[in-house]
Amino acid sequence: MTQRGQTDVSDRIKQIIYEHGRLPTDVRTLDEDADLYQAGMTSHASVNLMLALEAAFDIEFPDAMLKRSVFQSVASISRALGELGAATA
Amino acid sequence: MSVTVEADVTFLADIRRIADEIAAPNADSVDREARFPIESVDALREMRAFSALIPRELGGGGVPFEVVAAACFELGRRCGASAMVFAMHQIQIACIVRHLDDAPWFENYLRDVAREQRLVASVTSEVGTGGDIGRSVAAVTPGADGLSTFEKQAPTVSYGAYADDLFTTLRRGPDAEPGDQVVVLTRREQLTLEQTGTWDPMGMRGTCSPGYIVRATFPAEQVLPTPFPRVATESMVPISHLLWSHLWLGIATDAFDRARAFVRASAKQRPDQPQPAAMRLSHLMSELSLLRAEVSSALRDFTDASGDAGREQLSTMATILRFNNLKIAASEQAPRVCQGAMSVCGIVGFKNDTPFSVGRHLRDTMSASLMVANERIHQTNASLLLIAKEV
Repeated sequence: MTQRGQTDVSDRIKQIIYEHGRLPTDVRTLDEDADLYQAGMTSHASVNLMLALEAAFDIEFPDAMLKRSVFQSVASISRALGELGAATA
Repeated sequence: MSVTVEADVTFLADIRRIADEIAAPNADSVDREARFPIESVDALREMRAFSALIPRELGGGGVPFEVVAAACFELGRRCGASAMVFAMHQIQIACIVRHLDDAPWFENYLRDVAREQRLVASVTSEVGTGGDIGRSVAAVTPGADGLSTFEKQAPTVSYGAYADDLFTTLRRGPDAEPGDQVVVLTRREQLTLEQTGTWDPMGMRGTCSPGYIVRATFPAEQVLPTPFPRVATESMVPISHLLWSHLWLGIATDAFDRARAFVRASAKQRPDQPQPAAMRLSHLMSELSLLRAEVSSALRDFTDASGDAGREQLSTMATILRFNNLKIAASEQAPRVCQGAMSVCGIVGFKNDTPFSVGRHLRDTMSASLMVANERIHQTNASLLLIAKEV
């Protein structure tokens, strides 16, 4: 994946977090590695985020990936999408 | 049989003896007077049961989790309140053992628990969070001399007045979000407790759980290294649901045993007469066996999830749903069995002073659906079911 491609994926992820993560701060100002739960994402909001990511990238997270550590940051979500071979181009 | 297993057999035999000889004869007065089951707690302390889950290298008993779960069941059969105090203490200890991350303060603390048989209570619920233990209002607040402080308004603190130490959930700092929580372990001498309510409940009366404003001053090393959300998912939630379910099963089993004793006694009096109560007892047995099956399969799922991979497994949604379902099923089924026992026994089950009384059992198990409200758990499950696949 090119540098450009990664940036695009991160931007798309951030946009989806922005719409569904219900963070008290603007996710677009956070680092890739910033802890979204510490930033105020609730468990309930994280489920909505997962659903939105599944729809946007046309993937299904297997049960083994449905855990806190996978959705902890933009970087960890991006890695998970990469592992699933998401249509990230 | 290996030495370890022999030690476990001895441990359970000691628990059974305390249950039969100390918890049982005091259970009615503990319930009637809503008083702390001090006799059971002293006896458990004497047999060093409060350090059962602490590893041997830290001075504890190194008793396997499933044996401690069996102990909750045995105590539950004789006195629900004694069993609940025992279970809650073990939950706190298990969380520290599993999440201390080699922190020297917590290792030393566990050595103290083992040496002094200190009793730990938890302060997890809080006024203003709507019953969600995953959020806190009170925060770890930097104070003078490098020490920190907190002030937390807790609607219930079980056996707060009798505990040596408190296990309290708080926001990490004054600026932290409600879900950014840590655990702080404070000793009695670092605490003040201001009671804010009374304690005259329907059941589990001996747990002595009024509300308190808890204030403490403590050094930073008393913050558990692992953040609370992880402690909750990997340990506190599944372990609470397992140990509570075991003691609810214990209470329901005793209610069933009383119903069976009633049917046998009446059959012996009139051996030639039909025994309609025997039919009801048979129906009741199938209700009890459902409860027993759910509790034992959940225990197996938990003990299978050991090691690092097991811990990871515990944080998946499918597993969270699994232990939430245990809580819902056991907390609904236990009072159902107790009520069934009452209908087998009739008036002598309803009266409080017969060998077949099951009023205390029914009232104690009715607390089960409120300890972390089932409706809240359903709400969580409803949301998880939108995304979890293999459930």
